[in-house]
Amino acid sequence: MKTFDYARADSPEAAVAAGGRFIAGGTNLLDLMKLQIETPEKLVDISRLDLAQVERREDGGLTIGALVPNSDLAANAHVVDGYPVLARALLAGASGQLRNKASTGGNLLQRTRCYYFYDTAMACNKRAPGSGCSAIGGYNRILAILGTSAQCIATHPSDMAVAMRALDAVIVTLKPDGDRRRISIHDFYRLPGDTPQIETDLEAGELITHIDLPPPPAGQQLYRKVRDRASYAFALVSVAGIVSVEDGKIASAALAFGGLGPMPWRDPAVEAALIGQAPSDAVFAAAADALLAEAKGFGSNDFKIPLTRRVLIASLRELTGASA
Amino acid sequence: MSGTNALTMDKPTPTSLLDTGAQGIIGKGLDRVDGPLKVSGSATYAAEHAIDNVAYGVLVGSKVARGKIVSVDADSVRGLPGVIDVVTDFETFARNPQQGGETTAPTQGVKDVQYFGEIVAIVLAESFEAARDAAQQLTVAYEEAEGRFDFDALKGEAEKPAASDQVPPHFSEGDIDSAMANAAVSIDVTYTTPSQNSAAMEPHASIAVWDEHGALTLYGSYQMPTSDAQQLAKALGVSAKKVRIVAPYIGGGFGSKLGIAPESVAAAIAARTLGRPVKAVMARSQVFDATVRRSNTEQRMRLGADASGKLTALGHETLTSNLPDEGFFEPCGIGTHFAYAAPNRQIDHDIVRLDWLLSGSMRAPGEASGMLALECAMDELAEAAGIDPIELRRINEPESDPDTQAPFSTRQLLRCLDEGAAKFGWDKRGKAGTTRDGEWLIGMGVAAAVRGNMLMESSARVTLTRGGQAIVETAMTDIGTGSYTILAQIAGELLGLPIERVSVKLGDTDFPPAAGSGGSWGAGSSGSSVYLACETTREQLAKAMKVDPEALTLKDGEAIADNRKVSIGELAGIDGIVATGTISPGKQEKVTKQASYGAHFAEVGVNVVTGEVRVRRMLGVFAAGRILNAKTARSQCIGGMTFGIGAALTEDLIHDPRNGKLVNRDLAEYHVPVNADVPQQDVVFLEERDVHANPIHAKGIGELGISGAGAAIANAVYNATGVRVRDYPLTLDKILDGLPAL
Repeated sequence: MKTFDYARADSPEAAVAAGGRFIAGGTNLLDLMKLQIETPEKLVDISRLDLAQVERREDGGLTIGALVPNSDLAANAHVVDGYPVLARALLAGASGQLRNKASTGGNLLQRTRCYYFYDTAMACNKRAPGSGCSAIGGYNRILAILGTSAQCIATHPSDMAVAMRALDAVIVTLKPDGDRRRISIHDFYRLPGDTPQIETDLEAGELITHIDLPPPPAGQQLYRKVRDRASYAFALVSVAGIVSVEDGKIASAALAFGGLGPMPWRDPAVEAALIGQAPSDAVFAAAADALLAEAKGFGSNDFKIPLTRRVLIASLRELTGASA
Repeated sequence: MSGTNALTMDKPTPTSLLDTGAQGIIGKGLDRVDGPLKVSGSATYAAEHAIDNVAYGVLVGSKVARGKIVSVDADSVRGLPGVIDVVTDFETFARNPQQGGETTAPTQGVKDVQYFGEIVAIVLAESFEAARDAAQQLTVAYEEAEGRFDFDALKGEAEKPAASDQVPPHFSEGDIDSAMANAAVSIDVTYTTPSQNSAAMEPHASIAVWDEHGALTLYGSYQMPTSDAQQLAKALGVSAKKVRIVAPYIGGGFGSKLGIAPESVAAAIAARTLGRPVKAVMARSQVFDATVRRSNTEQRMRLGADASGKLTALGHETLTSNLPDEGFFEPCGIGTHFAYAAPNRQIDHDIVRLDWLLSGSMRAPGEASGMLALECAMDELAEAAGIDPIELRRINEPESDPDTQAPFSTRQLLRCLDEGAAKFGWDKRGKAGTTRDGEWLIGMGVAAAVRGNMLMESSARVTLTRGGQAIVETAMTDIGTGSYTILAQIAGELLGLPIERVSVKLGDTDFPPAAGSGGSWGAGSSGSSVYLACETTREQLAKAMKVDPEALTLKDGEAIADNRKVSIGELAGIDGIVATGTISPGKQEKVTKQASYGAHFAEVGVNVVTGEVRVRRMLGVFAAGRILNAKTARSQCIGGMTFGIGAALTEDLIHDPRNGKLVNRDLAEYHVPVNADVPQQDVVFLEERDVHANPIHAKGIGELGISGAGAAIANAVYNATGVRVRDYPLTLDKILDGLPAL
């Protein structure tokens, strides 16, 4: 670990003015600092800011403080009632101890779990831009099949963010100049392209203060996570699904995926293949075709393509009540 | 008073004082005597000994797999705050750990790097953080060379390893090719298992302290202090008398701490160079990179049987891997030699030399990997022959050791299978791929467990004090197994003392030399040494009481005989009684075949959509001689069965194909089973005494629980799905293709 300065912020304004890397739960950042994958010169501790409430707005939506612990958010009555996909996604992630410490804002900003990103003896464009990607041509079981580039095939590791993407969350921020921004989660994450080290739309010093959820969506909700062991494993594939059926036809659909891409993945073509259709395996297969049209395996993760197809079809059956 | 009592196991010991003791604590499921210390954090592990003026050492691993070190740029970090120095010694540093029980130095010399992550230097600082920072910044220049990293590509160059005292590298009898050709039913299949890591909770750690006379005390996490001290002395070029190892508590070993590892040599050299104590704790990634792995294996199984299911051919040919010049090979066929008999057999081991980190012993070397292949092959043969897997094993139960015709000292394999079948509900097992519970395909599997029993020379000193306390001292270790507790129970039973009045001191080479923990020999060997010492103490108590030892009853601190009752402390006298016991292996291990046996049953669910496998329940029925403590023995078996879940389903140490480097070198991506993966596990012990094994009639148990456990799970996966996966671990990607269409 490099020597660093430490400051504790007593307000969001002071935090952005302090000019440093924010730390809340530290469940990911501290590990990365010990390995010198992250070497911030200054940490600004935001963990005591008054941003740990979940409030129901007049429009029926929720405003979630960036510091709400994952455990608390998963147990929140509004979340359990109106957004079960989110509660289930949260509980599918990490371990009880980590969920107690991890914050909502920090969860969105987790770094990839790519083996080579964590191994400073190996090349990684995300960790050391321009050094190369060891995962391409190496072992890539947990890595991406969608949205990759020749520079990076990392996946985003969050479960929570996948549900947030299905729920059309809006990320509320405060910038050092005092401006506030509302960023749709659909615009929040970046594809790796030639700059895999840039993962989000956040500007330097910009602080996530809240996450807004629209009013609870209509229909059934589901979070399904496929993993190599029953606990404490990142998703090989996960699906956050929200689907409503009216008069025998799919009226609305929101489907987001974890474990497939560099960001929580959502593809309008998947939903377009579903909406207006009567639920059937043929329709579900068309949705899977749309999702996986551009999918590309890198050897040890090739299995994710057939696996995703099966998981999506099974999830859609469950969401629509259709049987095989 | 004092005395010694040495026994070489040349003859059986038909009776044991443990069966006639009056205290009534042997076998009881008593809580661990060291439990409160451990749960309160006050048991002192290797890195936790408070040593004045200690310098913090952080090890530096090589960043190439093969090549020569050109330079270590120590000056680049010497100026950093808190940094004391960088120490390396290209000739003396250990290239890799030593194997267990050896009394020679590990392979030394690190200038020619042999595998990625090999420890090449140690950075010393006034704080751990400063040392770690400097270690990360240290520049080491290499002249890189070509290496051998691809097991599959190099299989053609496999060689016959040097002889081992465990199992002959090659063995054949009869003509297996003809027998296979003429068999009524046969299978010829190949199983593979990956490299594995022991993943003990406590990382390897050493604190090295030299005194002014050139003597070294090493506080280390080592399973076999007696031989480890000899290894370390040889590595450092000092007399064995000058090296003391202190290891009172060890946070798991599973074989990875049998021999000294690079951190102990580096710490000792650095401490000698600096003239002050040095602590070196391996990072988790270094435990993966630079200690020891269980070898990957490729095992060809050829089984042929006549129409009744009787084996006519039994072939088990294994390929494993290790570094050049290392003698160890994974003895996969060791259990195959005596599990079943056949007139035509071939049991071979060959080795592929690779530039991967060392391979060596991990919990049940041989049986753990070998039975993953053998017991699945038996399941395949049963299926092919249309015979129930338990019946197939009954048909092939040998009457004596197939190699030597020596009688089995005890063998209750069939009873384990039968009792297990009844308890588990084996009769409810359906045909493969026919049982379903919603989205889950359900299956049951069975496998036999065999594990050879070993006795090692071991000594213990027991002091009975005037106050009526017994103090047991031996260089034996407790690596989480329960040694402290069972040794206290043995001494308490023989001396008539409640367990609170027995104090056990372990893990120090200043105590009498001992077998240490490994190969499941610890309880039988060290327990026998304590037994023998106490036998002498009893004789002296009888003498003091002026009665025959047989007439003496010892209970609750009192000696009762001849209508008299005297306190034991009073009989011990002002100087107490000091007795030393030593057990040694003898002819019994040749004239009988000694092993422990068991039967594993597993029920799994396989998700029909994803291929995810979840174990629903497991049962192990075991026969391993006397059970010394019902609770710690059960814990050992549960731990072994849990290792079996990992071997079957999740544990897969990945070597990067380009440099042999480990890819998943942390506990997030090296998947040991965690709580949610571990279902209800039941353990049943059959009543047994083995009079040929040792005077306490107990046999090894720590490794029995893993032997065959993974195979029972794999067989259950087959029964659930009808898909036979022969490449461990059975991850969902290997099952997916065989699942029914959605």
